[in-house]
Amino acid sequence: MDAHDVDLTAPFGNGTLPNPVTTASGCAGYGRELARFQPLAELGSITTKTIMPYPRAGQPTPRLAETPSGMLNSIGLPGAGIEHFVEHELPWLAERGARVLVSIAGERVEEFAETAEALAGRPGVVGIEVNISFPNAANRGLVFGCNPATSYDVIAAVREVTDPALPVYAKLTPDVTSITEIAAACVRAGADGLSMINTLLGMAIDTTTMRPALAGGTGGLSGPAVRPVAVRCVYQVQAAMRAGTMPVVPILGMGGIRTGLDALEFVLAGASGIAVGTTVFNDPSAPLRVLTELRQALAERGFGKLTDAIGLAHQPHHNPQHQPQHQPHQGVQP
Amino acid sequence: MAHPLQLRAEVLGITAAGAYQQLLLHAPGVAARVRPGHFAALAVGGEDSSMLLRRAFWIHRADPAAETVSLVVAERGRGTRELLRSRVGGTVDLVAPLGTAFPQPAGPMTALFVAGGYGSAPLFALAEQIAAQGGAVGFILGATTAERLFGVETARALTPDVLVTTDDGSAGIKGLATLPLAEAVKAIGAQAVYSCGPAAMLRAVTEVATAEGARSFCAVEERMACGVGVCMTCVLPVVGEDGVSRFVRSCVDGPCFDGTRVRWDDIGTIPADVDGAAAMGVH
Repeated sequence: MDAHDVDLTAPFGNGTLPNPVTTASGCAGYGRELARFQPLAELGSITTKTIMPYPRAGQPTPRLAETPSGMLNSIGLPGAGIEHFVEHELPWLAERGARVLVSIAGERVEEFAETAEALAGRPGVVGIEVNISFPNAANRGLVFGCNPATSYDVIAAVREVTDPALPVYAKLTPDVTSITEIAAACVRAGADGLSMINTLLGMAIDTTTMRPALAGGTGGLSGPAVRPVAVRCVYQVQAAMRAGTMPVVPILGMGGIRTGLDALEFVLAGASGIAVGTTVFNDPSAPLRVLTELRQALAERGFGKLTDAIGLAHQPHHNPQHQPQHQPHQGVQP
Repeated sequence: MAHPLQLRAEVLGITAAGAYQQLLLHAPGVAARVRPGHFAALAVGGEDSSMLLRRAFWIHRADPAAETVSLVVAERGRGTRELLRSRVGGTVDLVAPLGTAFPQPAGPMTALFVAGGYGSAPLFALAEQIAAQGGAVGFILGATTAERLFGVETARALTPDVLVTTDDGSAGIKGLATLPLAEAVKAIGAQAVYSCGPAAMLRAVTEVATAEGARSFCAVEERMACGVGVCMTCVLPVVGEDGVSRFVRSCVDGPCFDGTRVRWDDIGTIPADVDGAAAMGVH
């Protein structure tokens, strides 16, 4: 199988994208910086930093600490607000042919809806990713995404004001007792897809200053260190869909993806798309590189199309055609 | 925004310079894009490295003919230690040039350069450019100790107006680089002061320079994680041309700033009047 013959068309919401690779929210800005390292239109989509209804300063510095094979961040969702985004950032992305998955958040259910409404009819937008890992101002700052009912409320509100043709994805936090329960609530509320996972809550203390390393105290852990947690989450939710305990929607998998093989791991667990996040800080060319490597990895394993590999890890190992090749670059002829 | 290249650059040499090391890299295409004040970001280790964040370094020299750039590295932790263990003949993943450089002088001018430690690294190329245009330059090179000075001989080769300060008095005047600053600005009639070093020094330099009627251009040394503008880690509160304060990224909007626009005293805080402070509950 030649890598260029692999059909990478990836399920996305009720439709498809040309390929499965996107950037993880908060790791690619609004695209301008990464466009210096790869043409954005060659990625399946680009996921923006989370956008709020209004300007937001973000946390004071220090905002980030390196940890083994990962990092902790407490950036605090800084941004100029949705109006600035649709006027100054989105048109730039659309001109370049980028397909934009817009990440949104709010402190109240109505703020999520207000932000989503501002995206109506805007060229370039291929979907909305709802960042529900955000403290709920109306309920003692409890994170929306940690509770099935509040997750449902946010997704339902966004779905209601959004063009039915535009997919709405719920971005799930792994810091919950049962991610399948939250996932099911989001899909029942109208989510057309699930992005998983957001960062894990963590903390580091600077042993020189003897104080928390981040100004925000705690932070979100990301990078290859969290990959097994993310793969587990994707696998569990995919398993629930296969068991019929929740409706079936595409999964956008992310968490420490650094190479094409890492991406393949998520696909095999059940992801239809994958996002490259923290790795971008290490390698700004990573999204396109991961796409190239994933294509190669699929070809080496004899896959003619991406969709044949999605969720394959859930099947008993009966098809020798899909066994790993021990000689790289020697594809199996189907 | 600079137009950086990302490439695997061959390590041509690693040479000691006092407490620092100079890393000479073969980086085709990079040198011609470098302007004084630009920096470079290196990845630590290979694709399995457990250290994901890039390390940012000043570009000291860029030689378009030889296709080389020279970076100055201080060993500060595991990442820089590993980078300095690179073999000559091996490669490092380089992204450069990055950042907004110092404004280019329009014509002959008199400029004073003030540096803390290896903060002098990005200043020499600009000083030489000003001297070559018929301008006059002076230097104040400060450091904690004599071995943490960088480029004193380079400065002396360019101008007799070089002052050295050390905190411990092991070289030159005992005290901070700002101690002789006001006198030095007057002595050479500096129209602008270009400085690079820790924020506390840059704040003090800006205060003295502006009191003496000179412009103050500062290159900041903020902690960065990506160097390319996506991680939002290296932000500073800066007053924009519209008078509104915003958190801006040192890696894209800087590292070179008009020192009078940076709110030095507010670094590490959310000032109540910065754009978006209300959303953080700061009023």
